[in-house]
Amino acid sequence: MSPADFLLEPLAYDFFVRALVASALVGVACAVVGSFVVLKGMSFIGDAVSHAAFPGIVIAYMLGLPIILGGAVAAIGTALGIGALTRRSGLRSDSIIGVLFAGMFALGVALFSSIPNYVGDLFHFLFGDVLGISVTDMASLSILVLALLLVVRALWKELLFATFDPLGAGAAGLPVRRLDDLLLILIAVTIVISLQAVGIVLVVAMITTPAATAQMLVKRFGQMMMVAAGIGVSAAVAGLYLSYALDLASGAAIVLIETALFMIVLLITTARRARAA
Amino acid sequence: MNKRVAPSVLEGRTPSSHVGGRAVTISSVSAGYGDRAAISDITLDLARGSLTAIFGPNGGGKSTLLKCIAGLMKPWSGTIEVLGAAVGVHAARVAYVPQAEQVDWSFPIAVDEVVAMGRTPRIGPLGRAGAADRAAVAEALERVDMAGLADRQIGELSGGQRRRVFIARAIAADAEIYLLDEPVTGVDPVTQEKIMNILDAEAARGKTVVATTHDLACAAQRFHDVVALSGRVVAHGPAQLVLDREVLEKTYGGHLVPLADGGVVLLDDPHHSHGAHEGHE
Repeated sequence: MSPADFLLEPLAYDFFVRALVASALVGVACAVVGSFVVLKGMSFIGDAVSHAAFPGIVIAYMLGLPIILGGAVAAIGTALGIGALTRRSGLRSDSIIGVLFAGMFALGVALFSSIPNYVGDLFHFLFGDVLGISVTDMASLSILVLALLLVVRALWKELLFATFDPLGAGAAGLPVRRLDDLLLILIAVTIVISLQAVGIVLVVAMITTPAATAQMLVKRFGQMMMVAAGIGVSAAVAGLYLSYALDLASGAAIVLIETALFMIVLLITTARRARAA
Repeated sequence: MNKRVAPSVLEGRTPSSHVGGRAVTISSVSAGYGDRAAISDITLDLARGSLTAIFGPNGGGKSTLLKCIAGLMKPWSGTIEVLGAAVGVHAARVAYVPQAEQVDWSFPIAVDEVVAMGRTPRIGPLGRAGAADRAAVAEALERVDMAGLADRQIGELSGGQRRRVFIARAIAADAEIYLLDEPVTGVDPVTQEKIMNILDAEAARGKTVVATTHDLACAAQRFHDVVALSGRVVAHGPAQLVLDREVLEKTYGGHLVPLADGGVVLLDDPHHSHGAHEGHE
């Protein structure tokens, strides 16, 4: 089989094309939100919010509602809950995150275990199933990614100022707390729309890894987001082909490629720094 | 009794006489973290165009007072007026420069991007920077002598350059009041001189500059006024009029070591348990 055949053959399948587009959209959304997450040191919140979406998904599944809706409610609620409890409890935020993360996930597992014959679907929720994405899911995914990009575009200056220097932004009159809450909502939405592609367990990698890779390569914030988006899209495409060729779980293949890119960039930049020093 | 110098004494010395009016009026303010008060019953007026250093021991409430003026902390009691209105009303005319150690210098952001942040409140949400904003950024960089470094990532800068970027942000914001947390801590004397020259020039064109500092010599020599703060205001006024042994003893307590010739030495470590005492939200 020639390389062209290798690239073209799967494109004959509608499900593969849909999966490509969906994964690329998810890659862009995760890179945009991930740039803020990485710079604010919020990766752990991303992990917590994705696990916290689980009970929402299970309840929606049991009631026959759209699972994206259930996941969004649980994820946004937990994200804002982490913010509010951290401000009020006097505990460190990582303690609050650890408690809510595990507690919400346990609730999801408990609910799920009450459903007879649950094992097959559980795998899809935990690890994603982008090859099974429907046309309706694609439509809602596209709308949500577009909305996310518009919000970030509109409040770009404010989000950047509040992320880089919350004290300076607060003194200049920016609503730093509301911007923080908005960012938590954007994280939760991104996670929910990414679940179909990579699942609960791996979504944090889609958010963190491309942005962290980009941070090592650039010196401007806008560049970081663009490079992260490029990495996210490339890894999504390469990962899907890898998963098609070797019959691997698609989410895992995407994340493995992102991780490999991260390691390569890390090695190159540390070697370059060692040589400069 | 606290030592204060009447405004009439100040007039010949501070540009407040030409600019006129009060920039900041603080009345009976107390504030703190948890249930520990950092500052109590602070009453203080800062004239427009004044260049004021707030000095005192760790835990003396320097950063707390600055954050209250900036609107970053709510006082437990008392009132603060900034430019004649409650804190927050004129927030766009207030610029805050954080301590260098509170900034993430590995953040992928270039010098001109940081300075452009100063324009954010003026442009407003949804808006994009226009020609006037770019001109303000260029002029601010020029004023702090950083125009040639606009494209650098902030982590590539020296300690003095890093501070000048943030001062340029305040200039670009066209703020009336600059609040700086430890702008000259941890820099060499030449750099300190450069920073002070910039702040002096800003005060000379009517900006009100308030800085916390551990450097008593710098406070006394380079600022128009000093505020000695140890939970309460011990003294406020031009250094040569208000600073004496009694004031220093009241401000620093046991950290003053008497010398045989009648002088004193101040033992003050700028990094000593800073976070634990002043707290960070």
